[in-house]
Amino acid sequence: MKYEVVIGLEVHAELSTQTKLLCGCAAEFVREPNTHCCPGCLAMPGTLPRINKRAVEYAIKAGLALNCDISEYSRMDRKHYFYPDLAKAYQVTQHYQPLCKNGYLDIETDDGVRRIGITQIHLEEDAGKLIHDQYETESLVDYNRSGVPLIEIVSEPDLRSPEEGRIFLETIKSILQYIEVSDCKMEEGSLRCDVNVSVRPKGQKEYGVRSEMKNLNSFRAAHRAMEYEVKRHIDILEQGGEILRETRRWDDNMGKSFPMRTKEEANDYRYFPDADIVPMYIDRDWVARLKKEMPELPSERRDRYVRDYGLPEYDAGVLTSSKYLAEYFEECIRLYDNPKNVSNWVMGDILRITKEKDIEHEDIPIQAEQLVGLLKLVDEGIISGSIGKSVLEEMFDTGKDADTIVEAKGLRQISDQDALLDIILKVMEDNPQSVEDYLSGKKKAMGYLVGQTMRATKGKANPQMVNKILKEKLDELKKE
Amino acid sequence: MELYKLTIHEANKLLSNREISAKQLAESVLKRIEEIEGKVNAFNTITAEEALKNADAIDKLIQQGEEISPLAGIPMGVKDNICTSGIKTTCSSKMLENFVPPYDATVIERLNTHNAILVGKLNMDEFAMGSSTENSAFKNTRNPWSLERVPGGSSGGSAASVIAGQALFSLGSDTGGSIRQPAAFCGLVGLKPTYGRVSRYGLVALASSFDVVGPITKDVTDCAIVLNVIAGRDVKDVTTADKPVDDYRTALKDDVKGMKIGIPKGFLDKGLDSEVRTSIHQAIKLYEKLGAELIEIDLPHAEYALPVYYIIACAEASSSLARYDGIRYGYRADDYDDLEELYKKTRSQAFGSEVKRRIMLGNFVIGADYYEDYYLKALKVRTLIREDYAKAFEKVDVILSPTTPTSAFKIGEKREPMDMYLSDIYTVPVNIAGLPAISIPCGFDANGLPIGLQLIGDLFEEKKLLQAAYTFEQNTDYHKKEPIL
Repeated sequence: MKYEVVIGLEVHAELSTQTKLLCGCAAEFVREPNTHCCPGCLAMPGTLPRINKRAVEYAIKAGLALNCDISEYSRMDRKHYFYPDLAKAYQVTQHYQPLCKNGYLDIETDDGVRRIGITQIHLEEDAGKLIHDQYETESLVDYNRSGVPLIEIVSEPDLRSPEEGRIFLETIKSILQYIEVSDCKMEEGSLRCDVNVSVRPKGQKEYGVRSEMKNLNSFRAAHRAMEYEVKRHIDILEQGGEILRETRRWDDNMGKSFPMRTKEEANDYRYFPDADIVPMYIDRDWVARLKKEMPELPSERRDRYVRDYGLPEYDAGVLTSSKYLAEYFEECIRLYDNPKNVSNWVMGDILRITKEKDIEHEDIPIQAEQLVGLLKLVDEGIISGSIGKSVLEEMFDTGKDADTIVEAKGLRQISDQDALLDIILKVMEDNPQSVEDYLSGKKKAMGYLVGQTMRATKGKANPQMVNKILKEKLDELKKE
Repeated sequence: MELYKLTIHEANKLLSNREISAKQLAESVLKRIEEIEGKVNAFNTITAEEALKNADAIDKLIQQGEEISPLAGIPMGVKDNICTSGIKTTCSSKMLENFVPPYDATVIERLNTHNAILVGKLNMDEFAMGSSTENSAFKNTRNPWSLERVPGGSSGGSAASVIAGQALFSLGSDTGGSIRQPAAFCGLVGLKPTYGRVSRYGLVALASSFDVVGPITKDVTDCAIVLNVIAGRDVKDVTTADKPVDDYRTALKDDVKGMKIGIPKGFLDKGLDSEVRTSIHQAIKLYEKLGAELIEIDLPHAEYALPVYYIIACAEASSSLARYDGIRYGYRADDYDDLEELYKKTRSQAFGSEVKRRIMLGNFVIGADYYEDYYLKALKVRTLIREDYAKAFEKVDVILSPTTPTSAFKIGEKREPMDMYLSDIYTVPVNIAGLPAISIPCGFDANGLPIGLQLIGDLFEEKKLLQAAYTFEQNTDYHKKEPIL
């Protein structure tokens, strides 16, 4: 039987506001535990919340970027459960009246554009963090993160493969960075997601029974978890088994999911309105202003690159997929007006090296002007393209400028006609067979002789000149 | 005359004229506490040393010729659910028995700015749940009019201490009647301000949409003086109203001519003690004689007030009290094997039975299966009750009713929770609608126990209330009687 995969995602993104959602404590990530805490963060009796308007603004911006309706009336609710990292024993969130509803996100897949529904985006506070590894028998709690604002973006069950799920997550991350509402730093836990997976026989209308996995803290883990669950569901159905409606725990080290609790054991969170926080009436003028001030989104920027720079759609898509990369690209072409060449180098070698070295775009050690410096050396014929690639590698490792490396290593290209002629004549003399082959019509032999010349010059020979001189000399022999 | 017997305005006059010193006044009150606290049991904490030190400082200000606030040097008691920086705030619960907040409630900050002198923290029903102060985890406070009787609750210590002369005034909190009922039982003036008129920051939450802090005083003038200081917008409590604060003393006029007083239909019929009924009827007659116009009004949904109140207030309480988990502060059970046991033992051991009852009730009505049938329905009826009052206030200036169906009952007399809940029948609807209301003494029964008259005003119309109350007081002398201890 053929199965259709149905996936819905919930993405939690920490907002990059200065202060927390409900008090004036700094929201920034710090390592020293319990230093960004006030009596409110610790839920001391008598303390009261004050909602951070900037956080509301950021949530609305996310809603606008994801084509949502922005509610005129919105309210905070309490979600109750006991855990030491949750100081009040309830999380301030939005269950009944979220800020943003009924949106969508278009994602680019191999099968073209797919429109994924966004059920809602709501504002909520983060919990603190438990530290288990310092003492054997006791755990510690760090409340620095307690009250940091989050948005939760809930998708419709519109995703049809783990790959679509991965693209959806990456697109969301890119958009949140573009509109500057979240850093989306996975390693600091500022982006996490829950995945809901089910499968159904192709053509069936009703959804299959779904399982949920919470708190996946990397896209890779989320992708693997989705793939694992899809396979697990299909295997069970193939064997005539029944899928349980349950929450499962994903163990990324083992690459497996394990049962956590079934629906019957599910918590009743006893959601109800938070009477300490007055309802929000969202001013339409404010929303209109935010909409007007909205920065260019990744898809808009991609279209602009295709239109203005003549880049292929794929390249433009890659370059604009992260805000940092796009800005890096634009910085380069401000200094050096050859978008296609910059695009080739960034798309090619730079992204290859970042991938090999597993570094984030933000951490590329080569400044835009340094890259431009390298490209100019190639353009001016001072070094060849292939030497350029090795110089780039060295720039990654040392952070040095291209011309410094070229000078220090004596990599300047040999463009001296007489010098090259001597070397070429020597190569011809050493490789009579190849010369013979060429003269008898085997054009390939020419390539070999060029290669030998480059080798003799340790790659420094100007390849265009080598080609030209070699051809002249061989053609002279032919006439004789 | 003993200084502890003074009202705030009397004491202020003597202090301003340098006829007495703040120290003498504080000493008189502290001595009174020492003498009779063994009988009354009003205090959880007494801050004698600090009080004397502060009195000295205020005397210096007076000697320097500085103009002083009407509250400067006035000894006050504060209900033990209002946070006082560096001083235990226990809510009369084992859970917070040793909790010392590192911050002041906004009302305390304001009173401190006005140089009022804290003499101690007052006993109450645990977490303000109750109507007799018998739910305190520490002790029973006694009614100074009759020591075998309750002082009312939950602000029982706040009322008992003032009538006993252990403080010139006190702060209480009122969620369903917790200021007015004990004020009535102890023959005092108790004001529940409009919800949002006084900051709740630092008041330990019982039910966030009902709670309000207010004064318990010996007369209406004192009530206006304290309200002047504690009322107003507070950025720390977003539910406080951004409305200018009146000078409430300007309302102290002996005049109700033409004032329209509403009498709710059926309120004086059933379930009301006959002596209370007689006193209320006399009060109505007096107002009539003084020129007020009496108008019968209809509050058709008032009969649902108690269930609506217990559903919403318990829902909010179950949530507000969830934070007492033994992790960060407060009581923690001694032995436990895991986290769940830590929670269970801590909360089982440190909460009293009324608190547990309300937490369970509250958890039930906001559970996924019952949210609509109970909580949401109660919210709808709350709106209807509000509308009843709004309609009534189109026709009248204030509404008059008894504060309580009976005078103070005996300690241990009410064993069933429902009996206890019924003692709030006249006060609870006011909290549901967020209105201001005041209880003033309007008579004594055959046992010599005080009877309270409740006046209810429209939202933020505290001035009308105070004027009606002041006029009644000027034409009666119930507020001048004192218990013999």
